[in-house]
Amino acid sequence: MNAVSGSCDTTRAGPAETLASWARNNSWSLGLIAFLAVLLVFTRMIQPTYGVAGVQGLAISVLPLALAAVAQAIVIIAGGIDLSIGSMMALTSAVSAVWMQGRSEEFAVLVVIGVLLLGLALGFINGLVIVATKVPDIVVTLAMLFVWAGAALLVLRTPGGASADWLSEVIRGPVGKESLLEWIPKAALVLLVVVGVVWIPIRRSRLGLSLYAIGSNQLAAFRSGVSVGRTKVVAYMLTGLFSAMAGLSLTASTGSGAPVPGPYTLLSVAAVVLGGVSLAGGRGGVLGPIIGVVILSLLRTDMTFMRWDPNYASVAQGSILVGVVMAGTLIQRRQMRTRS
Amino acid sequence: MSQSSSMRATRSQWLTIAGWRAIFRDAPVVPLVILFGVLVLTFDIVRPGIVTANWAGVMVRAAIPLAILAASQTLTMLTGGIDLSVAAVASMTGFLTATLVGSLGIWPAVAIATGCAALAGLLTGIGVGIFRVHPLIMTLGMSLVVSGLANAWQVLRVQTGAGVPIELRWLGSGTFLQVMPNSLVVFVPVAALILVGLRVTGYGRLLYAVGDNPTAARLSGVRSWPVLIVLYMLSAVLAGIAGFLYAGHTNTASVALVDTFLLPSVAAAVIGGTSILGGRGGYGGTIVGALILQVTISLLSSLGYPEAVRQILFGSVIVLVAAAYTRVTTET
Repeated sequence: MNAVSGSCDTTRAGPAETLASWARNNSWSLGLIAFLAVLLVFTRMIQPTYGVAGVQGLAISVLPLALAAVAQAIVIIAGGIDLSIGSMMALTSAVSAVWMQGRSEEFAVLVVIGVLLLGLALGFINGLVIVATKVPDIVVTLAMLFVWAGAALLVLRTPGGASADWLSEVIRGPVGKESLLEWIPKAALVLLVVVGVVWIPIRRSRLGLSLYAIGSNQLAAFRSGVSVGRTKVVAYMLTGLFSAMAGLSLTASTGSGAPVPGPYTLLSVAAVVLGGVSLAGGRGGVLGPIIGVVILSLLRTDMTFMRWDPNYASVAQGSILVGVVMAGTLIQRRQMRTRS
Repeated sequence: MSQSSSMRATRSQWLTIAGWRAIFRDAPVVPLVILFGVLVLTFDIVRPGIVTANWAGVMVRAAIPLAILAASQTLTMLTGGIDLSVAAVASMTGFLTATLVGSLGIWPAVAIATGCAALAGLLTGIGVGIFRVHPLIMTLGMSLVVSGLANAWQVLRVQTGAGVPIELRWLGSGTFLQVMPNSLVVFVPVAALILVGLRVTGYGRLLYAVGDNPTAARLSGVRSWPVLIVLYMLSAVLAGIAGFLYAGHTNTASVALVDTFLLPSVAAAVIGGTSILGGRGGYGGTIVGALILQVTISLLSSLGYPEAVRQILFGSVIVLVAAAYTRVTTET
């Protein structure tokens, strides 16, 4: 009820108040951005040579996990969870590398479209099995993790294949040569464009509202006329689509297919939670998880700069993950108490 | 209402089907044992003469560590949780024992490793029980912490070297009476304790109560946080025991030894009929589930299927069994 009346107010409010309310609604993401800024300054302090090259490397290495985090965020917002993202990335990466090997650059365009459709199809199967069998999401996607990983090995037994040159060029290097453009990596631009083209229109449409609705309360959504099953399948299809993009970015950044699933699934869950998306569904966005991914990866870089054993980075990641969630729960509880 | 009356109608019409449903619902071990029997029979038909006492011993020996790891999943799933830190904890205890045994001897090394596991479980339990962090996140974070610390320990101890102590090798891969695996010495008491504990002790009932309906449990005066703290400590110690057996079984000391068994341990509990939503299931089914997984893997690899096909079939089996459970448990 509160949320509805709040959004009604903003339609009549002036730009300043709109901005204020946007800041209130996105306070978590703003906090993360502030933390990231502090972390970047800190990185620069301990390693004065960290500059353009460092940012470029960070952007390219972060891209697959950032897309995986967006994929995971969408399905968690819709009240599900997808443990098969890592395997779907492996399968789409393997398929794209095999199809592109020895073909022309123009043919690769068709391959990219085909792989994105494949991602949609994988997600469709995941969603359909969940809706049709009524088995909990976590169990079905756990099983599909094995199925897609097996299929990836059928397509490509060992890392191999090739990536089209233009596909690798799209994510490599800076946007421009000038002083400021030099700082913006192409990979970051690609991420912004695909999220902007696919997610933002959906988020603003009826479908986006339905996704948040079924995540926050399935019964209420059903009674308000949302087709719960269909929306859930669409959520898994979007997750499949972004997983396919993550798989393509793996192929593009390494120049070959990776048929063995990396640690992306569990890290994506960590990034999504760090990014302020509630595991219970219905709350959060995709910006927070992307920043979460950058923070998690920058932490690891900083540890190596400080000549710490990089293994402590995973200890720090785990502690931050748990600490952030604990803090989030405590804040939420206090808010509930003051409201009631 | 109409649904339940139509259910009653089908029940009187198809008494046999309804009877099967009731068995499936109330005692999932029975159909699971039948499924297991069918699997073994298939194996014997496909590969005549392979099913011997020796083969059975090998299967049981391989399934026991998985069954213990799956015990952690079963217990946590009963409360509606999950434990994703079991693999990291199990790898850690095996590795820690192997590195400490040279300087301290076997028993202190095992005790320290078990203590570390219990400490990890205590922290997880505090996070889940008191701070109400979602078990998925809490155990995921704990697994990052534990495996990170284990890796750091590996770097520190790189000069001393490590070897799996002879006692663990005896336990994990030795046999008595020709075919009986020695790990039964550990497994039988552990399994008996869990089976009896879930059935007759107050703590066992509390686990079901907290998982089935947390609100009802709270209103009946159950304080869930001590239950959860003890649960996650228990889960971590069980994972630690599984870690000793894995190290002995494979005769390797590695900080990533058990990682590939994390999701199969969840699968064994799911196939065994424990609901991931909490409140339903038991350990008997999980034991048979672990055996089924082991025999399926062995059957598929003996048929010469590549790893890829094995994984696809493995996943399909999990979906089919879980769908069957959901069908019989939700319609009534």
